Amino acid sequence: MGELKLMKGNEALAEAMIRVGCDGYFGYPITPQSEVIEYLSREATPRTGMVILQAESEVASINMIYGAAGAGRRVATTSSSPGISLMQEGLSYIAGAELPCLVVNVVRGGPGLGTIQPSQSDYFQATKGGGHGDYHLIVLAPYNVQEMVDFVKLGFELAEKYRNPVMILADGAMGQMMEKVVLFDQQPRKTEFPEWATTGKPKDKPHRVVTSLFIEPEVMEQVNLRLQAKYREIEQKEVMFQTIDTEDADYIFTGFGLGARIAMKAMEIARSKGIKVGLIRPITVYPFPYSIYKEIAPKIKGILDIELNAGQMIEDVRLAVEGKVPVEFFGRMGGMIPDPESVVEHFEKVFLGGK
Amino acid sequence: MGIQVQEIPINPEIVQDENLLYCKPDTLTPKPFHYCPGCGHSTVHKILMEVVAEMGIQEEIIGVAPVGCSVFAYDYMDVDMQEAAHGRACAVATGIKRMMPDKFVFTYQGDGDLAAIGTAETIHAANRGENILVVFINNAVYGMTSGQMAPTTLPGMVSTTSPFGRDVHTMGYPIKVSELLATLPAVAYVTRQSVHTPGNVRKTKKALQKALEYQKQGLGFCLVEIVSNCPSNWKMTPLESNKFIDDKMIPYYPLGDVKVPEVK
Repeated sequence: MGELKLMKGNEALAEAMIRVGCDGYFGYPITPQSEVIEYLSREATPRTGMVILQAESEVASINMIYGAAGAGRRVATTSSSPGISLMQEGLSYIAGAELPCLVVNVVRGGPGLGTIQPSQSDYFQATKGGGHGDYHLIVLAPYNVQEMVDFVKLGFELAEKYRNPVMILADGAMGQMMEKVVLFDQQPRKTEFPEWATTGKPKDKPHRVVTSLFIEPEVMEQVNLRLQAKYREIEQKEVMFQTIDTEDADYIFTGFGLGARIAMKAMEIARSKGIKVGLIRPITVYPFPYSIYKEIAPKIKGILDIELNAGQMIEDVRLAVEGKVPVEFFGRMGGMIPDPESVVEHFEKVFLGGK
Repeated sequence: MGIQVQEIPINPEIVQDENLLYCKPDTLTPKPFHYCPGCGHSTVHKILMEVVAEMGIQEEIIGVAPVGCSVFAYDYMDVDMQEAAHGRACAVATGIKRMMPDKFVFTYQGDGDLAAIGTAETIHAANRGENILVVFINNAVYGMTSGQMAPTTLPGMVSTTSPFGRDVHTMGYPIKVSELLATLPAVAYVTRQSVHTPGNVRKTKKALQKALEYQKQGLGFCLVEIVSNCPSNWKMTPLESNKFIDDKMIPYYPLGDVKVPEVK
């Protein structure tokens, strides 16, 4: 068992980046995740030699990630919604050039400058591409501080396995809350780099080029087909979700991240009232666990989807159940957090004909 | 691409080391340049790669290509390279150099890339004193998109988006990038050169070599601005375009060192 600590989500995330043997972090401060760069600036370099650089913008930081990842290094950046919007150009290039890296979005309410309070309104942006072109990030949705730590390690493993950018889709609450966490042991930084990395032309071998430019459409189509094949493989192999008490359930509550956490509490309240509610929590929101919803749909009377937005993941849930079961929504927007009692109240209203 | 390299019949009596006057350096690929006749890009590619060959750093250097006419620089430069998004070359180079401070890193950028869309990345990389070489081709026009106004288009100069000439009252003045960056304390070396005469080609090559030597010494950010031509989009013959450089470009963009490292 690793080291047990009481930590704030953002700081636990930063600590995990150091421990996973990250080579570099390039970022720009933005609420509610500025503790990440502060913690790293203080801790990282003396401990592992990890490079920490405060960039002039999120546009710059994501392109520094491109360059560093293109050199085969293990690198990460973090930001919050408006900053992640600025990174969309770079993320598209990174996906196109197939560079592994870790990007963390500690989501706050939007649109625009919005609010600094927690939100989940970047789900579409995170899971459906976000920038231009046909691509996907692998997206992990933590629901507690422990997963803020664990997904750093898992994120790099997936990024490097598939040469694909990975996003941790957290929210302001995950970043700011303090919980106990078990930290994994310090891993060494890499000393060997992939064959494709631009580390200087190897003697008597062709030079390496990191690019997303394939100007001939015949070639670009092949690149796209290869990317799509990769995404299908990821959809086959990397889906992760959690279920609780689904065996006897008449109804399912579902949500990701903080939404799932609220749903868990709401489920307890419903169960205490004798209503058989189970829970599905997607852990990967791309690839989305469509199959578990499809499988359970014929066995239940309804699904209530709980999100901190206007209803985004619900589109995937509805796709999954293919109209076989009603899917209703409860959410709040603009940085407001739904309370479990309101969830149950809404559930009773829409499914049980309550007040 | 569709271009085939033709085999040239070789006479072994003539092809002897002592007869060799001129050749492509090993640091250039065999692929023929796609650049328009008379364009400065081909010359700059060649002298930059000659410097890399002469310094023996082909395996130690990583280049960053821009978006613009030289977007395919990596098809010609036989060194490890990354293709950056438009304007982001200095940020990409920062990422590479910070990970591998012992390697040489350069960017190769045009005026639109470096001085319009990439202004912030350029200034901040310079201000941090990133220990990289920026090769800046200033031909006062957007070449690849075929002739729109650049941040360095001269006052009164006609382009497809300034068809009545650049009106400085509504379009602003051309930016003197070298002078601007030379004001930053972390910038080590800034020079403005050209490749429109053989003498100037030699001076530019010397400047590129100096900049890479300074990088080796860890002196910081080096910018070699190269005033160049664009016969196709200037609607001139190559010779006319070289005359335009003398008559119009150099008076606005004077050649020479703007900032040199202090001798310790």
